[in-house]
Amino acid sequence: MKVKDIAEKLKLNIFSGEDSLNTEVNGAYTSDLLSDVMGNAKADSLWITMQTHINIVAVASLKDLAAIIIVKGNKPDEDTLLQSKKEGISILGTDEQAFEISGKIYNLLKEK
Amino acid sequence: MQFEYKIKGGDFSEAGTISSKLKKILKQLNIDNKIIKKVVIALYEAEVNVIAHAYNGKVNIDIDTEKIEINIKDKGPGIENIAKAMEKGFSTATSKVREMGFGAGMGLPNIKKNSDKLDIKSKVSEGTNLKIITFLNK
Repeated sequence: MKVKDIAEKLKLNIFSGEDSLNTEVNGAYTSDLLSDVMGNAKADSLWITMQTHINIVAVASLKDLAAIIIVKGNKPDEDTLLQSKKEGISILGTDEQAFEISGKIYNLLKEK
Repeated sequence: MQFEYKIKGGDFSEAGTISSKLKKILKQLNIDNKIIKKVVIALYEAEVNVIAHAYNGKVNIDIDTEKIEINIKDKGPGIENIAKAMEKGFSTATSKVREMGFGAGMGLPNIKKNSDKLDIKSKVSEGTNLKIITFLNK
């Protein structure tokens, strides 16, 4: 399943990185601690978080994550958006909280 | 092959830039992906530590046919109790840093887990030196 399929099915907002929506998704990781994501997230995963600052882009890029999903209607900071465009990382968003969106993504990824 | 980079304390927007550069270099050298992943995690955490705690720092990277050696030297408050700092969950980070999702006491344990050799030397009120070695042929 691709990032764009999940974005469509779950009606996610697309903040940036339209060009990298074709990335294949192989899992997801939900965490707001950057070191936790650095240490434990797997490549090609979606990252579900409430963090919106610029450092999430570096972490996603270093870990080869598929995309970032920001929860609870929060928006990425301006410099986060700029950096994500530079690095080709998609940032998506949802009004739902992390538990709900994680559950939905879990089910979608299990289906395939 | 040797590289040197500088880190400015407090500048979180720059966190990860050196790791990103090293990742590109290692990819060009066709280093095993598993090794790249480990080195990138370790260096990222070290970068964040300097930014979160020190005034400034210097990163020296030395790559030869056997190993990748990274030395991170900072001027800063130093670490009072290294054994304590190595414990998972122990952190002296400020609340502002914690709100950003850093300072969870996972940095040094992550570095240890993702290096083959880790040497820490620190002097209170002077600074900290980290030596991270990753072997290429294991």
